[in-house]
Amino acid sequence: MSENVQLNQQEIEVKEDSLLQGIRDCIPTLLGYLSIGFAAGVVGKTSGLSVLEITLMSTLIYAGSAQFIMAGLIAAHGSAAAIILTVFIVNLRHLLLSAAMSPYFRHLSACKTMFVGALLTDETFGVAMNKAMNRSSLSEKWMHGLNITAYLNWIIATIAGAFFGKWITDPEKYGLDFALTAMFIGLLVLQMISRKIIRRDLIVAVCAVLIVLGAGSFVSGSVAVIAATIVAAAIGMVVEKWK
Amino acid sequence: MEIRWDILLAIMGASVVTLLPRVLPLVLLSRMQLPEWTMHWLNYVPVAVMAALIAQELFTTDGKVHILQHYIEILAAIPTFTTAILTRSLLGTVVVGILSLMVLRFVL
Repeated sequence: MSENVQLNQQEIEVKEDSLLQGIRDCIPTLLGYLSIGFAAGVVGKTSGLSVLEITLMSTLIYAGSAQFIMAGLIAAHGSAAAIILTVFIVNLRHLLLSAAMSPYFRHLSACKTMFVGALLTDETFGVAMNKAMNRSSLSEKWMHGLNITAYLNWIIATIAGAFFGKWITDPEKYGLDFALTAMFIGLLVLQMISRKIIRRDLIVAVCAVLIVLGAGSFVSGSVAVIAATIVAAAIGMVVEKWK
Repeated sequence: MEIRWDILLAIMGASVVTLLPRVLPLVLLSRMQLPEWTMHWLNYVPVAVMAALIAQELFTTDGKVHILQHYIEILAAIPTFTTAILTRSLLGTVVVGILSLMVLRFVL
């Protein structure tokens, strides 16, 4: 009897870690990135990029805010060097996300970890950190399921935007632009509820909000997010030590 | 349907500078034993970064705070947060968020 229970337990764990489960866990985030990706395709098209260039951008860069900014710079005839530098700064926050994920992939080889990291985004990070709760490691297969689903969704969404953008001029009318914000809200709340250190997490969250809003007057939005993350997480650490 | 050389160059360069920050910490740090305090610090990164991104989406335009411009989004965030807390469902939260904003834009 107890053997049976143990077997079932194992089966559940295998299922939880499967590629298919990773795909499933990605579903709630699809809508948010579908609308943002679509918008990125539209913006790319209106700034004079060809569908092929937009597709290449989504496939090789795969980062929402960077692609918006790039389209803007290309429309303004920015130099390649200026574009590359801007994208670098905008995507620098991935350093922090990647570092925070690293403890959960100690069991993988360097090459395998590289593939896990290559498709890292804010959303997949949020989903993965929720999954990582009360665990010491994350499954590679599950991560690939999550990553590849989000990646394909993004590429398809931007291509669709580039093709059909001229007919749907106002996606805001349907509230779709809020899908991304709502997704971040969901990820934050789920994370905080399951971490069970709500008071400290609330302090960190409030600090991050204040810092990002305050810093926004002095530095670009992407630098403000990095500063807010570094400082607010440090405040959390200090408050924890104090107790 | 064409790819211009200067655009291709920009895309290639941008993809390299995007890939490195994504991959390097994961590859390097997962092979190292990090000092205790870094682990505690990293532990707060998810909450900090999500909160910062939400604040930016809700309150700012081009990095600057514009509360009045965003009052509909801020109002829509209330049922969105409530749904997340009550249902703990990511999909439910996204759906309620979109519907709230749609209804508020229609009504206000």
